[in-house]
Amino acid sequence: MVTRYENSDQLQHFADRIRFHAIKAMHASKGGHVGGVLSLCELMAVLYGTVMNCDPENREDPDRDKVVLSKGHCGPALYSALALSGFFPKEELLTLNQNGGHLPSHCDMNKTPGIDMTTGSLGQGASTAAGMALGKKMLGRGGNIFLILGDGELNEGQVWEMAMFAKQHRLDNLIACVDWNHQQLDGYTADICDMGNIEAIFAAFGFEAVTVNGHDVKAVETAIRSALSAKNGKPKCIVLDTVKGKGWSLTEGRTGIHHIAITDEMMAEAEQEFAEKGVVNK
Amino acid sequence: MKEYATDMRTAMADTLTELCGDDRRILWLDSDLMASSGMNKFKAAFPERTVNCGIQEANMLGVAAGLSEEGFFPFVHSFGAFASRRIADQIFVSGIYAKQNICIVGSDPGISAGPNGGTHISLEDIGILRSLPGTVILEPCDPVQLKSLLRQIAQKSGIFYLRLMRKSKDQFYPDGTEFSMGKASLLRDGTDLSIITCGTVCVKEALKAAETLEAEGIRTRIVDMFTIKPLDRDAVLQAASETKAVITLENHNILNGLGSAVAEVLAESRISVPFKRLGAPDTAGEVGTADYLLNKFSMDAPAVAAAARELLS
Repeated sequence: MVTRYENSDQLQHFADRIRFHAIKAMHASKGGHVGGVLSLCELMAVLYGTVMNCDPENREDPDRDKVVLSKGHCGPALYSALALSGFFPKEELLTLNQNGGHLPSHCDMNKTPGIDMTTGSLGQGASTAAGMALGKKMLGRGGNIFLILGDGELNEGQVWEMAMFAKQHRLDNLIACVDWNHQQLDGYTADICDMGNIEAIFAAFGFEAVTVNGHDVKAVETAIRSALSAKNGKPKCIVLDTVKGKGWSLTEGRTGIHHIAITDEMMAEAEQEFAEKGVVNK
Repeated sequence: MKEYATDMRTAMADTLTELCGDDRRILWLDSDLMASSGMNKFKAAFPERTVNCGIQEANMLGVAAGLSEEGFFPFVHSFGAFASRRIADQIFVSGIYAKQNICIVGSDPGISAGPNGGTHISLEDIGILRSLPGTVILEPCDPVQLKSLLRQIAQKSGIFYLRLMRKSKDQFYPDGTEFSMGKASLLRDGTDLSIITCGTVCVKEALKAAETLEAEGIRTRIVDMFTIKPLDRDAVLQAASETKAVITLENHNILNGLGSAVAEVLAESRISVPFKRLGAPDTAGEVGTADYLLNKFSMDAPAVAAAARELLS
């Protein structure tokens, strides 16, 4: 069974552990999509630490919740949450991107225990998540689909095809969480393909949308629980206002950190920094 | 050549309705082309198993992959051009790479979309789908063959691409004939020339050419290669060793289609045989009637007969 975290302090500590072990995994593969991985950690902690009905022992339960990490390049954040929740041994996080391994940087449902959908080509997870949500409805199944989108990913037209579809088919079991970390690969989203007010756009497409501080575990949990309780025929969107590279002084709020190398020196600094937050390196 | 009781699309609707009765995993997803696909008949029987996605092929394919993950077997439809060119990456990532089960129906293959012009003519779809790993590519020539193949698809898993000549009633096989996916059908036997072909348009031209050549003393075998991938290698090798020349005829670019697939088999065999690929000569389609385009691309019966004479001379 996964550990359930009772309060915000515990959840934040879980988020810090997810963050640290994701950094360790990316260090083992010499680097990774650090910025977008670190902005996701509070969401991962809330999903796997308290709100979701999903654990290693109920994989076959048709009524369980599922996650589609459509910004699939941020796999290490999800892998870290899965490993710390018992889906596979924590040590295996250090096999990220290894030849013949089962932890590719982009999510692969056929390789990694606990991954519910293969993603990596941006925009496509939106549609597969909608299909899974529709399938659950058609079969009268319980559970929800948590779709995690990047803000840069919203440039993809397929996301908006999905948005129209989700409204039409009244997919209120679809919770789209947008990691609004304000940057995409080449720089600030506002300078490249500005989406404007993301909450307003999703609302205009028929979603029940809200924006919260994506690094406030209590706010994230409250928003998700509110979305889950509103079975009103409307798909939900939670815009998580986040900071790219969050939670590591070397990366937080910086530009040029979409994908970076992690040297041994950087890792040593991370170990010290996270030890100060009470995250044990083991 | 006979005329079947219904056109291809009606045969498809009838068969899927029958199959859905037995197997509730089957779904029909369409992209605002229900009237074109003829599947309103299916929808009348199974409204809860029909999803009209609107004009959004990429999302439709992804939704199908998600439905497959929940245990369904979705059939998705658009015109061939959009069911292949437009959504190649969705087919690959959400379908193939995620190991889902989907049958993609691409209608109006090749020059049969002629009245809609070059934008709608799919002379590339086989090539695109052939290069995606593990796909099964089918092009039935008549409703009898279509029905047999649909029943087999419903029993299998993986990604299927079915080229559908939706409005044709042409019937080449007796009612109830069963076909084996992956095994070519000998439509006509002969010892001088083999024409390896598939699909309504080309089978028809091949038969006409065979009649013309027969009158000239050239006995023509027609190999109906309705499974383009995986190709029936034995049928190709048999044709190459038992007849004096081989022609491929396809409603597709001669690059990366049936002709290329046959050429690959011949090149890797130890059989040397005069060989010619007929099809669109690495060109885009253009607006026009079927007769006009068949003639323009040297895919009609006279072009086949001329190629045969040249190979055998």
